[in-house]
Amino acid sequence: MRELKITPIKNGTVIDHITNGLALEVLRIVGVQTLDKDSTVSVALHVRSGKLGWKDIVKVENMELSPRKVNAIALIAPTATISIIRDYKVREKRPVDLPERIVGVLRCPNLNCITNQSEPIESEFEVTQRRPVVLTCVFCERRVEDFLRHLA
Amino acid sequence: MTLHGRDVISIRDLSRDEIETLVADARRMIPYAEGKKVTHPLEDKIVAMAFFEPSTRTRLSFESAVHRLGGHCITIADPGSSSVRKGESLNDTIRMLNAYADAIVLRHPNEGSARLAGRASDKPVINAGDGAGQHPTQTLLDLATMEEAFGTLSGLRVVLLGDLKYGRTVHSLAYALALFGSELVLSSPPTLRLPDEVRDQLEHMGVKLVEEDQLHRAIRDADVLYVTRIQRERFPDESEYQKVAGSYRIDNAVLVGAKPRLIVLHPLPRAGEIAPEVDSTPHAAYFRQAFLAVPVRMALLNAILGSPKRRKAE
Repeated sequence: MRELKITPIKNGTVIDHITNGLALEVLRIVGVQTLDKDSTVSVALHVRSGKLGWKDIVKVENMELSPRKVNAIALIAPTATISIIRDYKVREKRPVDLPERIVGVLRCPNLNCITNQSEPIESEFEVTQRRPVVLTCVFCERRVEDFLRHLA
Repeated sequence: MTLHGRDVISIRDLSRDEIETLVADARRMIPYAEGKKVTHPLEDKIVAMAFFEPSTRTRLSFESAVHRLGGHCITIADPGSSSVRKGESLNDTIRMLNAYADAIVLRHPNEGSARLAGRASDKPVINAGDGAGQHPTQTLLDLATMEEAFGTLSGLRVVLLGDLKYGRTVHSLAYALALFGSELVLSSPPTLRLPDEVRDQLEHMGVKLVEEDQLHRAIRDADVLYVTRIQRERFPDESEYQKVAGSYRIDNAVLVGAKPRLIVLHPLPRAGEIAPEVDSTPHAAYFRQAFLAVPVRMALLNAILGSPKRRKAE
């Protein structure tokens, strides 16, 4: 029997099928501190999932994610799905998708990279391998595999 | 050849065909580099030398190449006396040079700086070394020296000796040699081995990699012994440097079992890695390698910037 553990939201975003244990990282990407004060944020940790075994879920009221935030979530939780809710109905549901280039989402792990100096540029990585995901800094060619540690 | 107007930031920006053409063009440039013939394909061109890190030989060989091609140089050789000291970003400095020159040659201590410069400028940018990153013209002159010695770049057995971890020249060279089907023998102190990511890429390209710490065994069937300097400034801490400083040295005794045609290369300056007694043997090719810096850079500048009518050195 399924049990509803999080109440529905009227308008906002549901991020489902998050890799078990990564909901708090997703919340950090969502940037809950920037939400308006009347928005509710619900987090479900360690929820049973048919596909994943266990998963996390995040629901955020009155917010839709920017493409940049979706890319960041795609990096750390590639199985996640994003649903846009309007007036209690799912208007759009899609899996996160990794683009060819990831801009402004990660810091380059190479401290000597020009993107870590005071230059007017954003970090930029090319997806050089998809399974598992490997990114390569477009500027210094350093590879990144551990994305959590390098979220901007 | 479609290098005209292009940036050369990494050796990966060049195809195998383009590398072969540049090496062949460099060979034709030798009499011009020696001053025995005269050519002026850069006659009305100004090349900015933006050197934000000390580098005498790279800067002087680029300047010599520009002059030999009939062009003119404007130079930042001491960033301490330039606008950088006033806090100007590299991005802004490059935009300024973009307005003053037809091409920019950049040496900078930060990896990725040349890629940034390429974006900030609509004039061609040549990377003359970005920190521990890329140094494509060094790779080109390494290849030109091998090609001159063996008449080909295909199928050589090349020993890479020394700092394979931080040495920027080695990673670019290994990549380029992979394009030519070389067999690479890696010989380094345990803490300075080739990084896994570089090794993975090379293996993915189909290179045969052999690890051999015993130097005499490594060079036994080798065509080229490429010796690197252990660069103190690239080490994160002094103690790591001290553990490996002076851990290898090439002298005549080491070379006893080598093939007669083996050539020894070194990007110079050397710091004790090669004994002076080797200089007078037929194996020593590092001074020839240093000389070829000028014709190789002439070939590249000519391809990127030369007037199409005059680009071909006759």
